[in-house]
Amino acid sequence: MDIWQDSLIKREMQALTTRSKIAVNKKMTFMERIYIPAILGGMAITLRHFFKKKVTIQYPEQQREFAPIYRGHHVLKRDENGAERCTACGLCAVACPAEAITMVAAERKKGEEALYREEKYAEIYEINMLRCIFCGLCEEACPKEAIFLTDEMVLTDYARAGFVHGKDKLVEPMDKDKRIDVSKRQTKEVAEFKKHPEYAHNQVYTKSLKA
Amino acid sequence: MTFTGFLIYKALLVLIVFTISLVIAMYSTYAERKVAAFMQDRLGPNRAGPFGLLQPLADGLKMFMKEEIIPNVSNKFLFILGPSIAMFTSCVTGAVIPWGGSLHIGGNVYPLQVTDINIGILYIMAITSIGVYGIMIGGWASNNKYSLLGALRASSQMISYEIAMGLAIIALVMHTGTLSLNKIAAMQTGWHWNIIYQPVGFIIFLICAFAETNRTPFDLPESDSELIGGYHTEYSSMKLGFYLFAEYINMFISSAIIATLYFGGYHMPFIDRLGLSDNFGAILGIVFLFSKIFFFIFFFMWVRWTLPRFRYDQLMNLGWKVLIPLSIFNVAFTGTLMWIFGRIH
Repeated sequence: MDIWQDSLIKREMQALTTRSKIAVNKKMTFMERIYIPAILGGMAITLRHFFKKKVTIQYPEQQREFAPIYRGHHVLKRDENGAERCTACGLCAVACPAEAITMVAAERKKGEEALYREEKYAEIYEINMLRCIFCGLCEEACPKEAIFLTDEMVLTDYARAGFVHGKDKLVEPMDKDKRIDVSKRQTKEVAEFKKHPEYAHNQVYTKSLKA
Repeated sequence: MTFTGFLIYKALLVLIVFTISLVIAMYSTYAERKVAAFMQDRLGPNRAGPFGLLQPLADGLKMFMKEEIIPNVSNKFLFILGPSIAMFTSCVTGAVIPWGGSLHIGGNVYPLQVTDINIGILYIMAITSIGVYGIMIGGWASNNKYSLLGALRASSQMISYEIAMGLAIIALVMHTGTLSLNKIAAMQTGWHWNIIYQPVGFIIFLICAFAETNRTPFDLPESDSELIGGYHTEYSSMKLGFYLFAEYINMFISSAIIATLYFGGYHMPFIDRLGLSDNFGAILGIVFLFSKIFFFIFFFMWVRWTLPRFRYDQLMNLGWKVLIPLSIFNVAFTGTLMWIFGRIH
């Protein structure tokens, strides 16, 4: 008998799965030794699979459904008036476990009020998509509800440089119809969750949602 | 029939058999991928053309366009000779297979067989033995240890299994009393298929056919996991294509031989009683033969995608310790039965 199974029985331990079988090294009978019944059994299995429904998803035509809170490409949100929410505080870069985010802050000048919500903004904001692990910690850390992960995929590229996404690819369009919808990530449950004191800093957008 | 007419008819038949072998081998690659996919709950190639039917053409084109690499350390002449022999031997075997009865056109009889030599079976055995050289030479000429190991495995495996195959055929020949494939096919009318008289011989022959064509579970010569690609590791472009193609032609020819020797060739039970005209019967015979062949090609693939590969000692055990004694026993048993039923004078 198998040593492992043997000790299992002696110690009256419970097997870890319900599928475990007690292996016995008994001599094979003649029918087992000629293998042909076993081969036919195997061939019956493959034949059954031959007529089974196929599991293939034919990609460009068919697409697998995404989870509503899929964590894909990032977006830098604008507020209701179209001004960038990001104030370049750097909390997302600090939170990022992969150190994928870098930014350069700049001061808002007169006449740029429509572009940037607060006095400070990110002049350069880059995420290296090859480093990013799509954990969503940047989203959690952001006190201004500026960065979100969306259900869009990060596209492939031939060179590494193409994977460093700057503000041109991250900031959502000004046009109200083309804004990227992150309401799936801003459900009531999320708002409730964010009431926790630990997330107190992070309630701006949720409040404005309610209003 | 005039001599010129005879030549034209034979040339045409050769051309047709050759083309059909190539086309079937080509579409076997497609069928193999489809069967593999279906048995693994996938769809298989379905992008090139409707249902992926143009896939073999695309694959062939790819093979032709690939860079031709002949290793510096290889023996160039033998390196090219290897795949040539493999391809040649697999193509010439089709010559002795009776593809159907005879067509009667304008008072002439046109048998649907390229040549009816009276030692057809021996011819096939001889050609398959030469086929080993294709693999052996290719493997040796590559000057690569994986190739050499693959070639060694291939040759020892094929030599081992040829004995059992020959002994299985001896029992069959004792029963039929002829070595001519045409006569063997012709005598299996109605239900008198040889499988009924030689069931053990059939199983031995089938197993050996798998071994001779290097198909799983006997694909040790090219076992990718241990030997990279076995004897064709160093091959590229269409020379590799020749090896792969030869394997599929072999599979087709083996299926044809199994169908002819054991499954009534172009015969189907009850059809001969319908009283069809000779020509229509002959054409129907071709259809029957090919449906049997296609079944066996499917069977080859079915087994491939079900069974894992043998270990090398298991392979040798099966060949020498099981199949050869069993086939000798089969010969003795057949002889005893023939003696009891008074067929030996």
